[in-house]
Amino acid sequence: MRVGLFVTCLVDLMRPSIGFAALKLLEAANYEVVVPEAQTCCGQPGWNSGDRKSAIALAEKLIGEFEGCDYVVVPSGSCAGMIRVHFLEVFRDEPFLLARAERLAARTYELTEFLAKVAKRAQISGGFEGTVTYHDSCSGLRELGVKAQPRQLLAKVAGLKLVEMEECETCCGFGGTFSIKFGEISSAMAEKKCANIEASEAQAVVLGDLGCMLNIEGRMRARGNSKMRVLHVAEVLAGADKE
Amino acid sequence: MHFKPRATEALANATLQANLRKFQSAGFTALRAKAVADFGPELFEKLRGEGAAIRDRSLANLDAWIERFEAEAVRRGAQVLYAESRDEACELLIDICRRHEVRKAIKSKSMLSEEAGVNEALSAAGVTPIETDLGEYILQLADEPPSHIIAPALHKSKEEVAGLFQTHHHSLRKDDIPSMTREAREVLRQHFLSADLGISGGNFLIAESGSGVIVTNEGNGRMVTTLPRVHVCITGIEKVLPTLEDFSTLLRLLTRSATGQPISNYVSLFTGPRGRHDSDGPEHMVFILVDAGRTNLVGGDMQEMLRCIRCGACMNHCPVYRAVGGHSYGWVYPGPMGSVLTPSYVGLEKALDLPHAATLCGACSVACPVKIPLPELLRKLREKQVERDLRPRAEMAAIRLWSWTAQHPRLYALATAIAARFLRILGGRDGMIGMLPFGREWTRGRYFPAPKSRRTFRALYAVRPEAGETGDRPRF
Repeated sequence: MRVGLFVTCLVDLMRPSIGFAALKLLEAANYEVVVPEAQTCCGQPGWNSGDRKSAIALAEKLIGEFEGCDYVVVPSGSCAGMIRVHFLEVFRDEPFLLARAERLAARTYELTEFLAKVAKRAQISGGFEGTVTYHDSCSGLRELGVKAQPRQLLAKVAGLKLVEMEECETCCGFGGTFSIKFGEISSAMAEKKCANIEASEAQAVVLGDLGCMLNIEGRMRARGNSKMRVLHVAEVLAGADKE
Repeated sequence: MHFKPRATEALANATLQANLRKFQSAGFTALRAKAVADFGPELFEKLRGEGAAIRDRSLANLDAWIERFEAEAVRRGAQVLYAESRDEACELLIDICRRHEVRKAIKSKSMLSEEAGVNEALSAAGVTPIETDLGEYILQLADEPPSHIIAPALHKSKEEVAGLFQTHHHSLRKDDIPSMTREAREVLRQHFLSADLGISGGNFLIAESGSGVIVTNEGNGRMVTTLPRVHVCITGIEKVLPTLEDFSTLLRLLTRSATGQPISNYVSLFTGPRGRHDSDGPEHMVFILVDAGRTNLVGGDMQEMLRCIRCGACMNHCPVYRAVGGHSYGWVYPGPMGSVLTPSYVGLEKALDLPHAATLCGACSVACPVKIPLPELLRKLREKQVERDLRPRAEMAAIRLWSWTAQHPRLYALATAIAARFLRILGGRDGMIGMLPFGREWTRGRYFPAPKSRRTFRALYAVRPEAGETGDRPRF
């Protein structure tokens, strides 16, 4: 089976190792993984800013790039939610594209969701010595229902202990363009998240979205905590720590 | 003043922040969660679906249900008046005051009266309005607007209220809540007995019986609707429900979503004035049904907002509301519902910040008892702003430049390759950027973590060792 990996723009630019971790996990599950070379952005920044035209152009581009794949896997609940939920609204008035968007949506998964539900991974190669807590990213949680899957997978990681923090489902304050329109509010929300992470006494916070990752890490360091690790779930599952 | 400067003030206000923290820890979200668990989460989901369907059914034939309501209310001796605008609502009310020689009006909680500015209009016409809901009463003393639709004074601490009572009641300062409440009751009782007019809101209007409904906890609503000679119920035209059966479904949703109660302390249905054989009740009963922008939403892509039953769950669950409080939103309705209603009722161009003052996290729509897709409505308002060319030029240029570049993969690869190197330089040794060019807002309160690699994923992937050696990662 062919899996198309949509790396996402933030992983591409900010944390390439997460893309390779996702690749490794998918290949370890015996999928043929293709990474369409021309992929860029799912169109979410335009869509959430009210610029329908931009969103249509980028969504159409993405649909074309992944049409030959049996599955599309995304190491981000937010971008996967864009493809699976919002593309249908993007093409509301364009029936031909809507039909293609629907077919793509039905084959699109967030990474942990795919590994747990479709690939049904019984074993996970990763290893992590210590306690982690999981932050539920909003789009993954509420648009796609990603909640149990990352926890099931993390439970299989040798040496890892998961503890839950208070308010793990509360938004970290990123919100895409919200973070650069309302920096103070966004930071104040991130501060609450960081306080909850620290109070959990975990050594690392694990999450599934780059936006939350940059937001939480940026606030964690600004409040003077240089020790708390902020890790993407793909890195932990692929055992980035062991290498 | 816009949302953003107000929010900045709110974040810097230590008293408000302490009160908001108290609200969050002891607040409605936990009570709602428990009520839903007790009811059964699956049953509650089903109930939400039924609630949404009932509201949609009411709105689909709003005109017909209002006509039915009017016919039934009139048949039972009430009068039904219509106001197209907020000003007209006040004019109708003042006209009633003149006709019945009203000098003092007692009020139970009504968001529509806040919308219309009823208290100011009454005062200007020589009628003294007295708020009798404890929270609203506190705010009337403080001369402040509500900051939450069901807990209007949640931004006030106990100490602030003690100070207000001491000043306005000319009494000894009391610091424990039961004594303060008793004192307020004593003061309010005199007003209940001496008022000529009672003004209530209306949580629902029942078409089949011509009744108005208020759902309250303090009992003041009963006094307001039964003691004075005249009772006016002022509410929005969208509040109509076809049947009492529909009302019972929505009542189950409303109280659980609002305060986590299976039912509120009081549920009052008023159907016409005092009858010939009734021992109490008003001599005259008038409904003022206000449009004030509501029909503009009927049949449009914002119609789902009219389902709203004013429970406050969206703001209780909103992390932005919990960070900045209700006054930041600038008008009567705060939180996600306000960010949709204010631009819809007051004007898109008058509340440009509000549709953007949300992370679209979805916590509101998941909690909404009538399944209003609030994040989607906020996004649609953003789209309307773009269509009407109301966004700042620089913002639109940035979005379009991003999208255009992303449509040209080679150029995009080059731009991101440059960006990765540039951001890495800015990040310095610890990889944390303290001042982000073109993104200064980000660095108000946090760093921007720099890229972890000098090269983008696509660049590294292009030189990736061929299949068979996939265990080896390229060097970053």
